[in-house]
Amino acid sequence: MIPEYSPKWKCAATLVPMTVAPPVSLSSPGPSLDPDEVGVQLIAPDGRRTPNPTYDPFLADLDPAGLRGLYRDMLLIRRLDQESEALQRQGQLALWPSLLGQEAAQIGAGRALRSGDFAFPTYREHGLAHTRGVDWVHMLRFWRGTHTGAWNPREHNINTYSVVIPTQALHATGYAMGIQRRHRDDVALACFGDGATSQGDLSEAFVWAAVFDAPVVFLCQNNQWAISEPSRRQTKIPLYQRAAGYGFPGIRVDGNDVLAVRAVCMQALERARSGQGPTLVEAYTYRMGAHTTSDDPTRYRSPADARRWAPRDPVERYRRWLRTEGLWDDDAEADTQQAINAEAARVRAGCLALPEPQPAQLFDHVYAELPPPLREQRDGYLAYLETLRPEEF
Amino acid sequence: MPRWTMVQAINAGLRAALTEDEDVLVMGEDVGVLGGVFRVTDSLQHEFGAERVIDTPLGESGIVGCAIGLAYHGFRPVCEIQFDGFVFPAFNQITSQLARFRRRTDGAVAMPVVVRIPYGGGIGAVEHHGESPEAYFTGTAGLRVVTPSDPQDAYFLTQQAIRCEDPVVVFEPKRRYWEKAEVDVDATPAPMDRCVVRRAGTDATLITYGPMVRVCEEAAAAAEEEGTSLEVLDLRSLAPLDVSGILASVRRTRRAVVVHEAPTTLGPGAEVAARLSEALYYEMEAPVLRVGGFDTPFPPARAEQQYLPDVDRILDAVDRSVAA
Repeated sequence: MIPEYSPKWKCAATLVPMTVAPPVSLSSPGPSLDPDEVGVQLIAPDGRRTPNPTYDPFLADLDPAGLRGLYRDMLLIRRLDQESEALQRQGQLALWPSLLGQEAAQIGAGRALRSGDFAFPTYREHGLAHTRGVDWVHMLRFWRGTHTGAWNPREHNINTYSVVIPTQALHATGYAMGIQRRHRDDVALACFGDGATSQGDLSEAFVWAAVFDAPVVFLCQNNQWAISEPSRRQTKIPLYQRAAGYGFPGIRVDGNDVLAVRAVCMQALERARSGQGPTLVEAYTYRMGAHTTSDDPTRYRSPADARRWAPRDPVERYRRWLRTEGLWDDDAEADTQQAINAEAARVRAGCLALPEPQPAQLFDHVYAELPPPLREQRDGYLAYLETLRPEEF
Repeated sequence: MPRWTMVQAINAGLRAALTEDEDVLVMGEDVGVLGGVFRVTDSLQHEFGAERVIDTPLGESGIVGCAIGLAYHGFRPVCEIQFDGFVFPAFNQITSQLARFRRRTDGAVAMPVVVRIPYGGGIGAVEHHGESPEAYFTGTAGLRVVTPSDPQDAYFLTQQAIRCEDPVVVFEPKRRYWEKAEVDVDATPAPMDRCVVRRAGTDATLITYGPMVRVCEEAAAAAEEEGTSLEVLDLRSLAPLDVSGILASVRRTRRAVVVHEAPTTLGPGAEVAARLSEALYYEMEAPVLRVGGFDTPFPPARAEQQYLPDVDRILDAVDRSVAA
């Protein structure tokens, strides 16, 4: 007889299907958009706020300072993203994958997390890392090539960048299984993009998370493009609908609406926290820039595509709403611009001051202890380098 | 002193580790209720519960990928890959992730994960059930690769691998799974990364590991009858190699034949031969010879004895070495 798998933490609640909120009509400036595309939306592109009894409660903890904070976050990461791209263009970084256009998705999700939660990002989640307290200069250690990683995950509860995607979705799921076994109410957040949804690891992560009711939230930032391939090359159905096949809810949220992303992520996080298992959140957004600084989108993307999305800019939209609410004015904007310019200058200086890796460091942290053959290799190389030193006169 | 098969010895090693440390987990396909297709994990789920001995969904990448997440949370997962040929879906997680976390995080995130893989031929199995893919893993920095050759060694290597702070791939010679031997559980084992002289000799060293140790011992016994004294060196650890142990043996015998089931070209024997050439070129009496699997796909069951090194092929190489 096969015993029922019944861990202590298993929640008796049956799966409550989550549905996409009713489409919101968009009277935005610019071209009209298919409302079915949007998903949950609380602030329209023109800055108009639509009350939502399901999701507004997930924002109730935000006071005016908190609401302004989301804007400052988005403004800051957009500015630092721009600074980082400039650093790459000036030869100071090996590569930079811009987050331009995804500010609301990353800040909304990041500001939904508790400090004990743990995020597993891809290589584009600089904004999410910012919300976990990672110094932007530390992020640049990876992109400048002075360091294999970037920051200490243990200090910030966010894993380092994952480049081979979406291996990190399985790490997040395993981490969530660890949360269960420690009887904690933390949640793991697995980030990935639309391209990664075609990978087998994501399917396995969905299966694992579902059958073990693991407290993990899958956050797909569907930015429409996997380098040159549009999302229609990855999927025949809206991505959030895939969750149903694995037995957990999926929901699409307007990824350019920071309040909606935060509310939807909070709901999914609470669901996981209370033992009801995983949720797939598809943040529907747009990669306004290139895939990376090595990419040339003009080879595959029409200017009309960018024009179609321009009015949905996540930062502009939120500023409009803040101003309408009387939470933001020109003085606040000027003060913030000054502060973020100062931060950009600090990041630039910090980047240029990053110490160059030393030869002996090649051999560090490969193993807990350096095995004898590797020690011999290191010592041999260092001795060789000594022979290259110019003779002293 | 118990007489155990290697299966029983590994089972006992896992049980000891599960008892000693509550963070140790066992996970894989069929490892729980069934006790594993080879019964290596027999009764462990019953004893330690389904939270620690986990029947996973069928997906090797998921097993290793989730083990990484569990290790991130402080657990020490022991993953079972059912057969050698099934490890490849997990290859990405093992080589691009598991092996690199320590480096990527400046040592902040260790990966004390064990991946157990039954490997090698000789059991008359179908495709993907008789292979020796260890060279794929020995070529990956950050991994340790070990392989026991008898129940005693399997009992201790299993526990040493679990205690190790690095990820360890343990290749278990499945054709030795059912061979019984006395296991001294109170013995002090050799360190995990050291080779061991299984039989002392003076004329040449047979350098081998895993399933071929016993074949080499048989070859040494046959050679002795003809007046040739062969040393049998069991590498145990393929990554890192115990280079000083290898050199110490061959410095004495001055002849070496490397024997393994894995394909010969760029197999572990190639590295052993290179090390010997670098260090002992002027002391050796003969070139290092290799007896290994051919550079072909592993053959169907009724042809595997053609492929696998045996006593005669080993002695043929010894003859050529000694004649040189």
